[in-house]
Amino acid sequence: MVDRWKIGNVEFGSRLLLGTGKFADLDVQSRAVEVSETEILTFAVRRLDLDNPHAENFLERLDLKRFTLLPNTAGAYTAEEAVRIARLARASGLCDMIKVEVIGDPKTLLPDPIGTLEASKQLVEEGFTVLAYTSDDPILAKRLQEVGVHAVMPGASPIGSGQGIINEHYLRFIIEDATVPVIIDAGIGSPADAARAMELGADGVLLNTAVALAEDPVKMAEAMKWGVIAGRLGYLAGRIPKKRYASASSPTEGMIE
Amino acid sequence: MLLRVNGKELHTNEIHTVQELLAHYQLQQKIVVVEKNGDIVDRTLFASTPLADGDRIEIVHFVGGG
Repeated sequence: MVDRWKIGNVEFGSRLLLGTGKFADLDVQSRAVEVSETEILTFAVRRLDLDNPHAENFLERLDLKRFTLLPNTAGAYTAEEAVRIARLARASGLCDMIKVEVIGDPKTLLPDPIGTLEASKQLVEEGFTVLAYTSDDPILAKRLQEVGVHAVMPGASPIGSGQGIINEHYLRFIIEDATVPVIIDAGIGSPADAARAMELGADGVLLNTAVALAEDPVKMAEAMKWGVIAGRLGYLAGRIPKKRYASASSPTEGMIE
Repeated sequence: MLLRVNGKELHTNEIHTVQELLAHYQLQQKIVVVEKNGDIVDRTLFASTPLADGDRIEIVHFVGGG
């Protein structure tokens, strides 16, 4: 099936975006990435540990021609911090995409809407391809699109919580009105959650913990791949409306007497 | 002179440029980004960017994250 999509000017086949945090083992992580068939990998930007500067780094294992890197601004609590991290990420020369993540609260890790909007506006002006991690607020999603973000990424539920989609209704509002891709980011716990997000009409799903901390991350990565594909196909196919009562699948005529 | 690199003090008289600083930590082959006193140093200018006493340097890279 030809069902490609674009973020900014870049075209993709896979609709699963995979985070690279929390994996216990780099070999397992490599296999998980492989079987997921993802084309977009997120990273964080941090100080190099000068006491251990040669610790193996997952990025160095990757064939960078095969993947688009999506660095995030995780750790930022203000728009200024997010912009600084984004500029550092781009200065690597590896990417011009940025996942804007401005956190408003350390317990819920919910995004700060004002900081997110400010940072997104600034980074769009600086020519970044901006993917804004946001809450499930349809109005904020609209405002983000007005400042020119290239994708909005509403959370399904708090980062790393595995709670799945807790406000399907508002996600639908965001998807219905969006003029840019909508990627459901954060909180996905199971392949069913990923499929559900895609059935709602999302353009993609970004997840990390659900795979990294699964008992078998490689199997879960494959399951997420199929979850996303199944949900996308289901969305395109158009599901039947729900009815209160039964409707026989077998003919009611021609019964043997 | 005294540099502050990733928050730690480094006393040195042999390091005069960003490139020499990276060589000091054997980072020439690593994908890193360098900030000097809050400004990003262009990768092509590592060799020609001087370091002076009191400079604050950040050496950052990509790590796993979601």
